[in-house]
Amino acid sequence: MEYVIEMLNIRKEFPGIVANDNITLQLKPGEIHALLGENGAGKSTLMNVLFGLYQPEKGEIKVKGKPVRITDPNVANDLGIGMVHQHFMLVDRFTITENIILGKETTKGGKIDIKKAEKDVREISERYGLAVDPQAKISDISVGMQQRVEILKTLYRGAEILIFDEPTAVLTPQEIKELIQILKTLIKEGKSIILITHKLKEIMEVCDRVTVIRKGAGIGTVNVSETNPNELASLMVGREVTFKTDKTESKPQQDVLDIKDLKVKDSRGLGVINNLNLHVKAGEIVGIAGVDGNGQTELIEAITGLRKSESGSIKMNGKEIMNMAPRKVTETGVGHIPQDRHKHGLVLDFPIGENMVLQTYYKSPFSKRGVLSFKEIYSKAKTLIKEFDVRTPSEYTHARALSGGNQQKAIIGREIDRNPDLLIAAQPTRGLDVGAIEYIHKRLIEQRDHGKAVLLISFELDEIMNVSDRIAVIYEGEIVAVVNPKETTEQELGLLMAGSKRKEAGGENHV
Amino acid sequence: MSNRMKNIIVPLVAVLLGVLVGTIIMIATGYNAGAAFIALWNGAFGEIYYSGEVVRQVTPYILAGLAVAFAFRTGLFNIGVEGQLIVGWLAAVWVGVAFDLPKVIHLPLAVLAAAAAGAFWGFIPGLLKAKFKVHEVIVTIMMNYVALHVTNYFIRTVLSDKSDRTEMISESSSLRSPFLEGLTDYSRLHWGILIALTCVFIMWFLLEKTSKGYELRAVGFNQHASEYAGMNVSRNIILSMVISGAFAGLAGAMEGLGTFGYAAIKGGFTGVGFDGIAVALLGGNGPIGIIFAALLFGSLKVGALNMPLEAGVPNELVDIIIALIVFFVAASYMIRIFIDRISKKGVK
Ligand SMILES: Nc1ncnc2c1ncn2[C@@H]1O[C@H](COP(=O)(O)OP(=O)(O)OP(=O)(O)O)[C@@H](O)[C@H]1O
Ligand SMILES: [Mg+2]
Repeated sequence: MEYVIEMLNIRKEFPGIVANDNITLQLKPGEIHALLGENGAGKSTLMNVLFGLYQPEKGEIKVKGKPVRITDPNVANDLGIGMVHQHFMLVDRFTITENIILGKETTKGGKIDIKKAEKDVREISERYGLAVDPQAKISDISVGMQQRVEILKTLYRGAEILIFDEPTAVLTPQEIKELIQILKTLIKEGKSIILITHKLKEIMEVCDRVTVIRKGAGIGTVNVSETNPNELASLMVGREVTFKTDKTESKPQQDVLDIKDLKVKDSRGLGVINNLNLHVKAGEIVGIAGVDGNGQTELIEAITGLRKSESGSIKMNGKEIMNMAPRKVTETGVGHIPQDRHKHGLVLDFPIGENMVLQTYYKSPFSKRGVLSFKEIYSKAKTLIKEFDVRTPSEYTHARALSGGNQQKAIIGREIDRNPDLLIAAQPTRGLDVGAIEYIHKRLIEQRDHGKAVLLISFELDEIMNVSDRIAVIYEGEIVAVVNPKETTEQELGLLMAGSKRKEAGGENHV
Repeated sequence: MSNRMKNIIVPLVAVLLGVLVGTIIMIATGYNAGAAFIALWNGAFGEIYYSGEVVRQVTPYILAGLAVAFAFRTGLFNIGVEGQLIVGWLAAVWVGVAFDLPKVIHLPLAVLAAAAAGAFWGFIPGLLKAKFKVHEVIVTIMMNYVALHVTNYFIRTVLSDKSDRTEMISESSSLRSPFLEGLTDYSRLHWGILIALTCVFIMWFLLEKTSKGYELRAVGFNQHASEYAGMNVSRNIILSMVISGAFAGLAGAMEGLGTFGYAAIKGGFTGVGFDGIAVALLGGNGPIGIIFAALLFGSLKVGALNMPLEAGVPNELVDIIIALIVFFVAASYMIRIFIDRISKKGVK
């Protein structure tokens, strides 16, 4: 048997758009096969076809050489196909075990045999090196853990072929290392994997072959050993991509954001931000580097008014904004690209056009005497969609129907377009393709060059190093060091982020 | 098949299925289903008098449907329409009997009093939800009982002297219309239908065209994103319940100022508020849909009165049919899948 899965000449249409046009993908047993393409190229759609969530208009699917019709995910499960989705599908209030067995419960006398289920979960998790606590609630565990639960779910259902849709986009660098290890174990145990990712480094590291699609059409399949990141990028985008962002020296001016001795507690009442000092000047990009969970989220929430601060001061252009309502903060000139696009960034059930005025809908020209002008709203949306290359059938399409990366581009467009004095960008390029990342970095630097302040929060050291003018390292709710990206190395940053070393850079910060 | 088509076809199929199962029940229990439906039809449209009564019945149904739909469109379940309707009814009648004013002042005042009372009855669950996260379904159900007993108490002690109904409202606060009555062979049709239709427009305009409506809908779909965008989530939840309650209160005014002209002690709920849930559901929570759904339920309710007379069928059977329709609408997911299957086969 040469292929475990063959998707031949698949075509899938949505109203107003052809998401997959004549795509062929063949998966060999025991390989990790990458699926690469720009945002909106049709990767998730193709995998949803394989998983039975969508029915293709044309084409054929063969599993182990036999033609099959995968009419729904149950059929996919029975064929040994499992999928870890781009956006997780877990029940928050259930335990890990309950989530894993959901829909496949083992019963004893009509009652769920939770003891046995827990034992089974433990067994699988040991076998594949996926350590989890079977009794923990989903709402209490990290994103990385949640992903493990998704993987366990597929394994529990006996999956032989695993589909991963952008698994690394939501993970921290440490978690990515662990995931890659897990992928290798899975292959050793005889599984075959399709991996969607925008990170070419990951493809080069773990994949055997890669299939590239562009704007819904299949471009071809290449062996990873015979290619390189540059070639892959140009195959996928259709032009040369530079990986390093060019920028001139920054010309910092007056303080725009000035935080002094800030203290913030988290939802459990524990101090997560402790005497934090940080300032961002007009005309500079300050990057915040840190391991996830060291107070980054709470810091952003405190600045934007989404979370109460205990004490200290947050000044915006010299004006105190601590504990102000979010709208007031926004009106002092703060823009915010949120970390979680589905939770905070978009109203998924609104058309993408209406999402473009989420903060400005009540202002002229979008609203006059309380009445909305849809003409103005949609013409603004049209401009932004074009400018930021948001791939969508139209501005009336619901945000939910956009691909993950295009949702992100829409949010970024909206926030940059408001031209805020301070732009807070939290993981702005999460889930974006290399071409889009290049463009977004350019736009962030452009904001800086127009004399705006930018605060960048990212787990990707590459991004922090490339884009920032100053790097502030956060550790346990404190800025423990401020360094110049030109004078530091990833190793040094790594040490600082681990809290092993404190450093003062030129007395410039108030640590 | 387009979504819009589906939104029209699904309720139609639900109604048909309801009628079908209702027929089976009638045949199974030994009644003449054909005669029953003819009686139903005659009872609703056979004479102009009946048609006038249908429109009269449709009036509070529209408003109750709007109340449920408005809350639903902003992410809330207002099960308290019944209670809000009852307090609105009382408030309208109170103003109607207590004052003596020129009609241009008195009637609007009585109508507004009903809206205000309903709004207040909606405000309480809204506030509890916004400030303490108490689920509105529980509070609104409870508020229904409070409304029932409190209004009964007021009618017995304040608005009358230990009698079981109030005096008639004064002519200057009445919605009754000799003109409409004359047109429909002396049915109880009154001017309220104009208020109801105006409210349909208001609901549509408010939700779809104003920045406040944008905000209310956004909060209904995603509170986190709304908060992020600077909207005041608590205030919007309260406002939504207040507006919904106001519609419900107006439904009460229709009964108090139009149909009856007084308020009486009630042994139980009027049912109009609960039927409003069905109206909103069947009408897909949209303005046009609500008008049609209210028309359907109004005709069924009024026509049913004729069934025992003309066909010897108990009019409770109509309640069963209404219940069945609601059931099939609620199960519309089933119908949708079915339609998908059929239309797919048609393509291939
Ligand atoms: N349910 C849907 N309804 C309508 N259009 C859809 C739907 N799902 C996807 N699309 C459209 O199909 C195209 C492909 O989307 P898809 O999600 O497959 O992209 P993707 O390659 O996974 O992108 P990303 O890297 O951003 O996740 C997009 O233009 C998207 O807007
Ligand atoms: Mg995708």
